[in-house]
Amino acid sequence: MRRSNLPQNLGFLLLWICMITTLFFLLALLFFIVSKGIRIISWEFLTQGPRQFMTQGGIAPAIVGTIYLTMGAIIFALPLGLACAIYLCEYSPKSFIVNLIRIGINNLAGVPSVVFGLFGLAVFVKFFGFGVSILSGALTLGILVLPGIISSTQEALLAVPQSLREASLAVGATHWQTIKKIVLPSALPGILTGVILSIGRVAGETAPILFTAATFYKKGYPDSVFSEVMALPYHIYALMTEGTHPIRQTEIAYGSALVLVFLVLVISILAIIVRQRQRIIYVH
Amino acid sequence: MYINKISAQNVNFYYGKTHALKNINLDIYKNQVTAIIGPSGCGKSTFIRLLNRMNELIPFTRLTGNIYLDEADIFDPTIDAVEIRRRVGMVFQKPNPFPKSIFDNIAYGLRVNGIRDKEYINEKVEKSLKRAVLWEEVKHRLHESALKLSGGQQQRLCIARCLAVETKVILFDEPCASLDPISTAKIEELIMELKKDYTIVIVTHNMQQAARVSDYAAFFLLGELVESGRTQDIFTAPKNKKTEAYITGRFG
Repeated sequence: MRRSNLPQNLGFLLLWICMITTLFFLLALLFFIVSKGIRIISWEFLTQGPRQFMTQGGIAPAIVGTIYLTMGAIIFALPLGLACAIYLCEYSPKSFIVNLIRIGINNLAGVPSVVFGLFGLAVFVKFFGFGVSILSGALTLGILVLPGIISSTQEALLAVPQSLREASLAVGATHWQTIKKIVLPSALPGILTGVILSIGRVAGETAPILFTAATFYKKGYPDSVFSEVMALPYHIYALMTEGTHPIRQTEIAYGSALVLVFLVLVISILAIIVRQRQRIIYVH
Repeated sequence: MYINKISAQNVNFYYGKTHALKNINLDIYKNQVTAIIGPSGCGKSTFIRLLNRMNELIPFTRLTGNIYLDEADIFDPTIDAVEIRRRVGMVFQKPNPFPKSIFDNIAYGLRVNGIRDKEYINEKVEKSLKRAVLWEEVKHRLHESALKLSGGQQQRLCIARCLAVETKVILFDEPCASLDPISTAKIEELIMELKKDYTIVIVTHNMQQAARVSDYAAFFLLGELVESGRTQDIFTAPKNKKTEAYITGRFG
């Protein structure tokens, strides 16, 4: 007796079409940005500041600003998020309040980024008096990605088999030794995935830095964490909405977008290499 | 008579409202193999996981009664569970080597116990692997991942890991459940060899295994200890009808 393969083949076809559609949009987006932006890219564009009301020169200060803001946000959010996730997963008692905290964190991830921007303005810029600065922007961006880092770390920790924790405790390791030497190393690839996603998000966000860190034009590079900075996403926004040479500015905006995408790609690839190396150590 | 190593007295254990162990009284003798037998869900794993205080990891559990190890109460609030686990080792149902090298798997137990002396660690790793009859198979690849070993080898590695920390008691929780007959035979042989120096408690579903390896046996049913005694007595002349029915394969 032969069973019909038709439903199965139809299913495969459907999945395949979905995959191709996704791929199409991804490639189309990249093609669009690359084809429109590549013309403007030059050594000068990458290494010099803007001149002549944004119509000449490059975007170097914005690149540097975005790197500072991203690094600052991750330096702030990673240890905090990691510690929070470890507490919630490994130490907190199973209680109503802890569940409430978990729900709260998940909901925080859904708050629109402009709200985080307003929060940053009220708290870091005004209340703490950091002013419009790298510090305020990095802290705001850090808080923005904190829920993401916490939940991806939690998932990574939960994915570590209970049998490994038991094995460690059974040879007389303490709870903390077990977390430090067994659980965290096993969860590291998952944690790094969360960090990669966060980096992409932080580097590309505009709204949170709008009132807390970014400036349309600044001569030279920031000299302290209290300086305001140019940043790529905000630079793109400004080029497309202000100024007097829309055609020229659009070209520069696409060039900046290409640089931003490339920057995120490079950081992601670095993180992926670290993650793969970790996996190799643990599997082979 | 043999020396009493572990003694459970009036032990009751609850998971939430479920009464999992009902008034258990059982003595476990030094340098003997004690088998805990019974159908699934009868409380045998729960019982041996009390002996190294592993059940404490599960929330909403409650214990009454006492368990003595060398005549000291292991649940004494002044005693740290970590201290008990250093003296009572455990081998689990599924082999659970760490995702580390073979060497580091064995050395882990020593390192977490504060041993830094490299030479001592090297010596101990070799000795433990030899004792677990794994040395010849792995001596050329100590620094490869333990996850590359076969299931049976992994289980012997877990036994070696246990031996390295110099426990006095080893708990086996269905150690052969996921192994083939050849690997099972090797583990059983090892258990019989190890009882010269260790007190062994083994949970098993396999009646033949219990008959082969154990000196004493305890039959659990629905959280109660139905019968315990010398294995040969339990298997040839059980006093309780339920024990007889289970051993002869009429249920379970």
